[in-house]
Amino acid sequence: MRIALFATCIVDAMYPGTARATVAILERLGHEVIFPSGQACCGQMHVNSGYFKEALPVVANHVKAFEAEEYDVAVAPSGSCVASVKHQHPMVARRCGDSGLEARAAGVGDKTYELSQLLVDVLGVTDAAAQLGSYFPHRITYHPSCHGMRLLRLGDRQLDLLRSVAGIELAELPEAEQCCGFGGTFSMKNADVSSAMLEDKTANICGTGASLCTGGDASCLMHIGGGLSRQGSGVTTMHFAEILASTLEHPAAVTGDVRLTTGRTAR
Amino acid sequence: MSGTFLGMPSLPVFGIGNLHEHEPFPKAARRELGNTQLRANLGHATRTIRDKRLAVVSELPDWEELRDAGRAIKESVMARLPELLEQFEANFTARGGTIHWARDAGEANAIVADLIREQGADEVVKVKSMATQEIGLNEYLEEQGIAAFETDLAELIVQLDHDKPSHILVPAIHKNRSQVRDIFLREMEGVDPELTNEPARLAAAARAHLRRKFLSAKVAVSGANFALADSGTLAVVESEGNGRMCLTLPETLITVMGVEKLLPAWEDLEVFMQLLPRSSTGERMNPYTSLWTGVTPDDGPQNVHLVLLDNGRSAALADEMGRSALHCIRCSACMNVCPVYERTGGHAYGSTYPGPIGAILSPLLTGITAEENNSLPYASSLCGACYDACPVKINIPDILVHLRGEDVDSKRGKKKLPSQMDLGMKAASWALSSGKHLGLVEKALPLGRLAAGPDKKITKLPGIAAGWTQSRDIPAPPAQSFRQWWDKEHQAPAAPADATGPEAPGAGAPGTIETSNGSTGPKENP
Repeated sequence: MRIALFATCIVDAMYPGTARATVAILERLGHEVIFPSGQACCGQMHVNSGYFKEALPVVANHVKAFEAEEYDVAVAPSGSCVASVKHQHPMVARRCGDSGLEARAAGVGDKTYELSQLLVDVLGVTDAAAQLGSYFPHRITYHPSCHGMRLLRLGDRQLDLLRSVAGIELAELPEAEQCCGFGGTFSMKNADVSSAMLEDKTANICGTGASLCTGGDASCLMHIGGGLSRQGSGVTTMHFAEILASTLEHPAAVTGDVRLTTGRTAR
Repeated sequence: MSGTFLGMPSLPVFGIGNLHEHEPFPKAARRELGNTQLRANLGHATRTIRDKRLAVVSELPDWEELRDAGRAIKESVMARLPELLEQFEANFTARGGTIHWARDAGEANAIVADLIREQGADEVVKVKSMATQEIGLNEYLEEQGIAAFETDLAELIVQLDHDKPSHILVPAIHKNRSQVRDIFLREMEGVDPELTNEPARLAAAARAHLRRKFLSAKVAVSGANFALADSGTLAVVESEGNGRMCLTLPETLITVMGVEKLLPAWEDLEVFMQLLPRSSTGERMNPYTSLWTGVTPDDGPQNVHLVLLDNGRSAALADEMGRSALHCIRCSACMNVCPVYERTGGHAYGSTYPGPIGAILSPLLTGITAEENNSLPYASSLCGACYDACPVKINIPDILVHLRGEDVDSKRGKKKLPSQMDLGMKAASWALSSGKHLGLVEKALPLGRLAAGPDKKITKLPGIAAGWTQSRDIPAPPAQSFRQWWDKEHQAPAAPADATGPEAPGAGAPGTIETSNGSTGPKENP
């Protein structure tokens, strides 16, 4: 399969390791990955802040960049960005009165998948250890990000993939489905409420005894990780793509308080 | 009103009354967040209701179909509202009731006060009602020398404490049992000084207090959960039975109801009487459902009135994106699952309608530019829990975003100086609307690494971003963006990224791989 990678702006600029891990996983499965160079951002920050006029060129650029290439499916390691591409782009075009762009955006959106969706639903990955050689000997906990869970209905796809990684130990996160409080510009406009939500999230994470919290959205992980770092907890965050890409020969490095598990496969 | 009335109302009349924030939400929220007792009470109460709701909702195999039906019925009501209102009026009037049309809170209050005075009464008993809270009826009646007694236990607690409800279903959710006992001891006439904080004892004290009122009141004022157009029937759904007392004992019954509460026909109750109790109190069925159709000779109130209230509902209906907010059946499921509401409580929202539904309904009723209501649509992280919980599937997150757009657009060209947010969004729009632009911006990433210093954290940001660093760090940016890595990688003959070369992701000597934390730069080719 020819797969177009939508890295997303935050991963591209701040967490390139997540995009490289995504490329590694897909290539390991024997697929060709391309990177449409015109891409930048999905525009959800603008949309969710009410700046539709400013969002329009961002949306139009995404549609143009992904129409410019030939590929079977597009993938992004981010639930919220995929939800934006699929649900918000046609709405922004409609709101700005551009019906042509609306139809084109819907076309791009139809071909776009979140990483766990693509792996499970399209590429048939059910056992990361067997099919990807995934090995990650750490005690981790998992936060399901809101947009992946509620807008894309990812269900347990990410969790099931993580469960099938060799050596991993998964600690269940209490109140996992509660939002971490990021919410884009919400974290700045309503910083106090956002911080109160984050406090509860990080307390739950630290209570699991895990050395890191994983998830499927770089922005939520940046928020959670920023709180864990400020509190001096020693717990870090890592995108699930990097855990899937980690192998016995080339394990992903974990900073912070590393607590190695026995290395038995958690099933 | 000015000019000659020609039978058509001037364009949408916005709502007035208790629908307004009087300070921006973030400021109100900060104050409420400091109230640790409130947060503990709310956290406990909302968790309990949440779990109960989930349990009774998950036992229905056709819950999702019921939600779809509820939404479809409400959509049809909104599409046919004028016609259904006239049908309801004809039926209600034919059965001996009297209809009054109120354009806003002021008109509604005056109508109710006149009706009470006509009966020579100076006090009324009240059934818990959101509409009368919205129009500030109790305060208005007090000014007119008429005492209004709330008979719902929680509303009574709030009223005795001279406080405001903080939740539409559980108005006293922010108070615990000991606080309730203290209020009763302080405010209730003839209360047992030995009163404990046991719920049964507290309920008995309230019952004794209320019984005196039920038996003496000549006039009752209620709201309504539903109005059935095909028969002219009104319905009140409740748990305690105090409503039933008010609806049956006094001679005169005055109901105040928002026009959006209509349902086309009796059989529609089948859907809503499943949706409402389960979503609201987490019960399969509520204890008391009272339905009345006009006047029944020698049985119950003989003087029956209904005030149909607009108060901004026409304005909300005119908003294509926002109109589904009028589908709300006031069950409160959205606030019970909202992580923002759970931490701030209802008072932070200023309006009668708190939580996620309040964040859209209040600005829709008042207009986005009213007082501080333009801060309400931002009172959400857009997590979407409210949309999942809503029994009539109101897409609250989408409407929040829509109203944010209305707010931003309403300010365009009106400010002397653009805000930091305006400037930031404009700059970001340029940077993020082309791969080339973003690539240029990424060239400045090393500056961020400098700012982070040796511990690879940025701990203080200026301006609007300062809110972020009050409780969170930002990691130092990586030495190389993904785009830069990709370009470098694909200039040379393409090597598969999974080769065991040192430039492969997840490859190299342990400890030198770049993780999410952006801690180390990629290794150079040796």
